[in-house]
Amino acid sequence: MTQTAPTKQPNWFSRLAHPGVYLNWSAYLVVPLIIATIITFGIGLWFAFFNSPADYQMGETVRIMYIHVPNAWLSQMVYAVMAVSAIGSLVWRHPLADVSMKAAAPLGAAFTAIALFTGALWGRPTWGTFWEWDGRMTSTLILFLMYVGLVALWSTFNDQSKGARTIAVFTLVGAINIPIIKFSVDWWNTLHQPSIISTEGLSMPASIATPLLIMMLAFTLLFFTLHMVAMRSEILRRRANNLERRHIAQKMDVTS
Amino acid sequence: MNGFTTIIMQDIKLAIRTGGSTITLLTFYISIGVIMPIAIGPDKQLLAFLAPAIVWIAALLSTLLGLERLFVADHEDGTLLVLTHADISMPAIALAKLIAHWLITALPLILATPVLAVMLFMDWPTFVAIILALLLGSPALIALGGVGAAIAVTLKRGGVIAPILIMPLAVPILIFGISATSSLAGPGASNAALLFLSAFSLLSVAFAPFAIALALRTAAE
Repeated sequence: MTQTAPTKQPNWFSRLAHPGVYLNWSAYLVVPLIIATIITFGIGLWFAFFNSPADYQMGETVRIMYIHVPNAWLSQMVYAVMAVSAIGSLVWRHPLADVSMKAAAPLGAAFTAIALFTGALWGRPTWGTFWEWDGRMTSTLILFLMYVGLVALWSTFNDQSKGARTIAVFTLVGAINIPIIKFSVDWWNTLHQPSIISTEGLSMPASIATPLLIMMLAFTLLFFTLHMVAMRSEILRRRANNLERRHIAQKMDVTS
Repeated sequence: MNGFTTIIMQDIKLAIRTGGSTITLLTFYISIGVIMPIAIGPDKQLLAFLAPAIVWIAALLSTLLGLERLFVADHEDGTLLVLTHADISMPAIALAKLIAHWLITALPLILATPVLAVMLFMDWPTFVAIILALLLGSPALIALGGVGAAIAVTLKRGGVIAPILIMPLAVPILIFGISATSSLAGPGASNAALLFLSAFSLLSVAFAPFAIALALRTAAE
């Protein structure tokens, strides 16, 4: 009465997510993504610089917003990407999820740094100060510290696949904590203007909203392009390391 | 006596018999209370005004310092590997370790706070408020720090990175802790911050053991 269970065929998703298969199909996407990013940036920047009005209060400095807001949005979206990858890494132990998590961390740190830097540049003429301990700036700064910590954590592991699970645990602990940190910092001090894009719709004229939304799309495309390229090079780097290790092992077998 | 209490008792016994670490931690805690007035100047009013912040920073740094060795020793001598095959679940073991660690480190720190209170010219209501806030906030500090310590176990050079990872996560504890202290002691006393602090402690104590168990199991693999 030994009845073997039918071997489960991998579904389309896990077939596509196999690192080798991923390398194949993503190769066709890199160039189109780069082109789409450049075109969207072209349109967005043209709108931002030439076809949008200067603000009646802030003047020309309002154009900093077209760089600042997309980066601030990405600083949070990238963490969401990492958190989803962390779940994939912990639950299914999927190598591609590890790679995605690792590739996203430095990108998130960079986008958050740009958001903080442009915020400082914008704050100087409008608020009269580079830095203010206001709720949202503080929580973005804390987010930046978390990204830097994660990047540092990746670099301390020799065994990347073992490190991935540990880092996934920390990424998820951070993901649970981010809303709490945001809430606590808001409670602590609030100065910032309320969210521009809320559930009630846009609280700005279309002439400013159009370039802003295009720029947000452009930066999001930029992230996905860079993320894909970083994932590809991470997979190749791991392969190269494995080959090297195997080569050394063979050498040692011959000599012993 | 079941496995849970055995682990707690064993850790306490170890701490008492080997001694040292608790005393070192207390010395560090008090040292910050000594260093601060030297840096700020002996102005009584200013020190009294800054006292809650100084005490919280001292508590945060001392806790982070003490957490470094929480799981490392167990990992090095193989206890962790044995514990993964124990009769009780890994999260329960993590919780027992956290409770023991709170008793060994956080409780002595809180008991030593009167010394800081005297050195920083704290008034009586502030003192009562800060003891209460430390009692309710320290479990969260230990729980979050435990996650950092569990992550640091697998690292050969993990000593510095755990505090860097944990510091951002400890921001809510610091904010609610200090806000609880000032709002309880000040005029128009309100306990909202204290309630948030307790909520954060309960949440972290509930979730941290599972995160720690995951990290430790990876380390033991």
